[in-house]
Amino acid sequence: MRALAAVALLVFAGFGVAAGAPATGTAVDEEQVREIGSQLRCVVCQSMSVADSPSETAHQMREIIRERLAAGDTPEQVKAYFVDKYGLWILLAPPRQGFNLLVWVVPFAGLGIGLVLVAVLMRRWSRQARASAPPAGPVDSAMHERIKREMSEPDR
Amino acid sequence: MSARGLRWIIPLAVVPVLILLGYAFKLNPREVPSPLIGKPATKFSLKTFDGNQISLEGLRGKVVLVNFWASWCYPACYEEAPALERGWQAFKDRGLVVIGINIQDKDEPARKFLTEFGHSFPNAPDPAGRVSVDYGVYGVPETFFIDRAGNVRYKHVGAVTDAIFKEQAERLLGERS
Amino acid sequence: MIPELGYAATVAALALALFGCIAAAVGASTERHALVVSSERAAIGVWLLVTACMLLLVYAFLTFDFSVRYVASNTNRGTPFYYRITALWGSLEGSIILWTWMLSLYTLIVVGQYRRRQPKFYPWVLAVMLAVAGFFLLVMTIPAPPFDRLTPVPADGRGLNPLLEDSGMITHPVALYLGFTGFTVPFAFAMAALIIGRTGDEWITITRRWTIVAWYFLSLGLLIGGWWSYHVLGWGGYWAWDPVENAAFMPWLTGTAFLHSVMIQERRHMLKLWNLTLIILTFGLTLFGTFLTRSGIIGSVHAFTQGSVGQFFLGFLALGMLGAFSLLAWRLDRLRAHSELDSVLSRESAFLLNNLFLVAAAFTVFFGTVFPLISEAVKGVKVSVGAPFFNLVNIPIFLSLLFLMGIGPAIAWRRASAENLKRNFLMPVAAGVVAAAVLRLLGVANTVVLVCLALVVFVTGTIVLDFYRASRARRRTGDSWLEATWGLLHRQNRRYGGFVIHLGILVIAVGVAGSQAWSVQTETSLERGQSMELAGYHIRFDGLEPSDESNHFKVTGAFTVSNGRRASAMLYPAKKFYPQEQTPIAAVDYRLGLIEDLYLVLGDFAQDGSHATIKVQVNRMVSWLWIGGLILTLGAALAILPEWKKPA
Repeated sequence: MRALAAVALLVFAGFGVAAGAPATGTAVDEEQVREIGSQLRCVVCQSMSVADSPSETAHQMREIIRERLAAGDTPEQVKAYFVDKYGLWILLAPPRQGFNLLVWVVPFAGLGIGLVLVAVLMRRWSRQARASAPPAGPVDSAMHERIKREMSEPDR
Repeated sequence: MSARGLRWIIPLAVVPVLILLGYAFKLNPREVPSPLIGKPATKFSLKTFDGNQISLEGLRGKVVLVNFWASWCYPACYEEAPALERGWQAFKDRGLVVIGINIQDKDEPARKFLTEFGHSFPNAPDPAGRVSVDYGVYGVPETFFIDRAGNVRYKHVGAVTDAIFKEQAERLLGERS
Repeated sequence: MIPELGYAATVAALALALFGCIAAAVGASTERHALVVSSERAAIGVWLLVTACMLLLVYAFLTFDFSVRYVASNTNRGTPFYYRITALWGSLEGSIILWTWMLSLYTLIVVGQYRRRQPKFYPWVLAVMLAVAGFFLLVMTIPAPPFDRLTPVPADGRGLNPLLEDSGMITHPVALYLGFTGFTVPFAFAMAALIIGRTGDEWITITRRWTIVAWYFLSLGLLIGGWWSYHVLGWGGYWAWDPVENAAFMPWLTGTAFLHSVMIQERRHMLKLWNLTLIILTFGLTLFGTFLTRSGIIGSVHAFTQGSVGQFFLGFLALGMLGAFSLLAWRLDRLRAHSELDSVLSRESAFLLNNLFLVAAAFTVFFGTVFPLISEAVKGVKVSVGAPFFNLVNIPIFLSLLFLMGIGPAIAWRRASAENLKRNFLMPVAAGVVAAAVLRLLGVANTVVLVCLALVVFVTGTIVLDFYRASRARRRTGDSWLEATWGLLHRQNRRYGGFVIHLGILVIAVGVAGSQAWSVQTETSLERGQSMELAGYHIRFDGLEPSDESNHFKVTGAFTVSNGRRASAMLYPAKKFYPQEQTPIAAVDYRLGLIEDLYLVLGDFAQDGSHATIKVQVNRMVSWLWIGGLILTLGAALAILPEWKKPA
């Protein structure tokens, strides 16, 4: 009975009703379908997600996502289903565990190391600057006034 | 640590990347191993082009070949079609069944394909692609060899040849379920 | 006839390039000017021969000469005229010819410009450029010969990849390759500088304009690629973090870093080692990009073909990188500089951070692109690394770069006083904060978009402030506002050209943020006469019409679109069936607008035209990307103009 209802919903969702809201399944949040679809790799394209791809395969996969969400699966369960059938590569970004944690960590680690390096360099170069700067002598007030005056005049 | 020697780390630093890229030549980005090998094959029940119902469960105890094809899949599906028919004829009396599943196709061209090759084994369309996704299909043709106990034992991507058919069929038929 | 002539020309060009390279190198090291002169002549010869190869191929295309395998693979008798010419770079072999031709053209320009002006650098620059050209000619001779003969000669060709029958595909490779090959010149100068030991600022000053031109063409190529993706591929997006998109993006990132850090070297004579490293990396990444597209190691929409081309490229990449970095290591002593930083709050610091973030982004893209290989090599598991990863890691980096774009040009060199900071940044920061508050009130909830737009306002504020103050200063001599601004643009064209380029980037940033945050889409099936509605647009399906085109069969859908505000219009998305393709190609139809584009893709349909599935998108702010590109063009043109000295 539940399956029939789901199918009926899909039929009505698929055939947009005239002069109404954009087609949405009443039991299924289209945003969620897009969200899940954007994390799955379209298997017949190269880097596009299931949400974006105009191919027939991606269309069918989106239908499957809708069907499963309507049947009560959580987004995690829907993704797990696809991983079961296709393997980890169907996910557009590897899960953050085990060896795959590397891909998530290394870029940030690299940036962090870079920041540290730049900070170290800046420090070293500041010290070198201070070491070689000529000692600042006292500027007498008349000179100071004259400098101020000339600086505020407009350039010709 | 000589400072003079240390400088040569700079060019050597690129070597690991080059090795990785060189290794990449041995890999094939299009070949994805199936996670279904060794697992029970997903059940399905479809209506064939002749109007009969065919289900995987009803075939338990036999060796089953599930072949995914499409009429627009040229040249591979056209190459393997005669081999599938030949294999079917050769092994059907020993308890082997071939099922063709037609995906992302239209009724007319699909039937034309079947008539052209005179397939006598059951063929069914999978209009919404449920079965093809259940089997992790990402292109055509793909063929799954399922043993008597109902487990997927081998997946072949691309056209099936007589040799491959014979090899896998003999192997799986030889097992007692 | 043509295959043999072409092949002969290729081999002759290869021989000349190798001869010229050796002659220049020997002539330079033994100071025999005559050898250098004969090397010049060889360079001219190479250009003439490669041009001849191109013309021969074009002739073969235009006369349907299917005895040339390349012609048969890329056109058929139905291919429209102009695509028959541009099919020249439609696949691997032709793209190599295009690259080689541009290299030889640039070499010719180098000959003309520098033979008298830079006698010390010049022969080595020539040697390096001819060596690179020689490599590409080697590829044209052995693994990817464009003049292979096809026997028996088929009656008709296979046809051009239908996705390439588009204006974007005519210009995209040309712009991109002009960018890639353009970076060879600064690289060659860098190598020359290392070889002759003149590792100071000279090579940077000489190649300044080359760098801007190469950078510009690379930017243009990327933008045109985005435009092509947007209006041809049928998914309504302009960037997919596809491995080959990444391969072109990486040299752009390091190239941008280089563009900025050379300014520090010019001013403060710092970062010599770093600049050399950057240009070597940039050149290496241009090769890496072509390696990725041609080796087949990573699947991609762009992937041309396999064969041994990949191995050749990897070999040359290895040789080039090991050679260049070895030269660097050899001259390390001359590159030690006494660097000084007066304050952390200075333009030098801003530029350092700019470089850090750009190189970090390049590294991220690189690591993400090769990680699937690493995973397979180490764990034997295939994984994918796509948009979710790249977006997550790169967005913070790009936002930081946006912020720096506002700081860098306005903060003082050496040491920014509190006075300077207040003067230049108080108002823009205030404007940014106000903008963020206003946007939040208007309902912008997405934090990233909010931050991005606030930063855009901040940076625009710094640019406007600078223009205003500088124009006002000029006005003291009696100019009007217009004259004053014009005066800025052409007297200090480097600085203000740079500002205009930054403005272009800001416009693009707004386009990216807006399109990601505010676009909507839906997919639905309509009966004939039935309507649907999205974002205020009413779309009615009117029917289908089949037609026979020169090289494909087309089914065009007719849709009436009305918007309340505007009169109704018709849109005609279609599906094209090419005999050589297994699945049909979608031809998108769209209405472009300043704020939003309406975008229709035809999906499945009934043969009798009774119903059809369409995907409708209302993409917002996408046009800002292309407008930003135009502004970028103006800025780049301004920046490379020769300095105009107005009589006092």
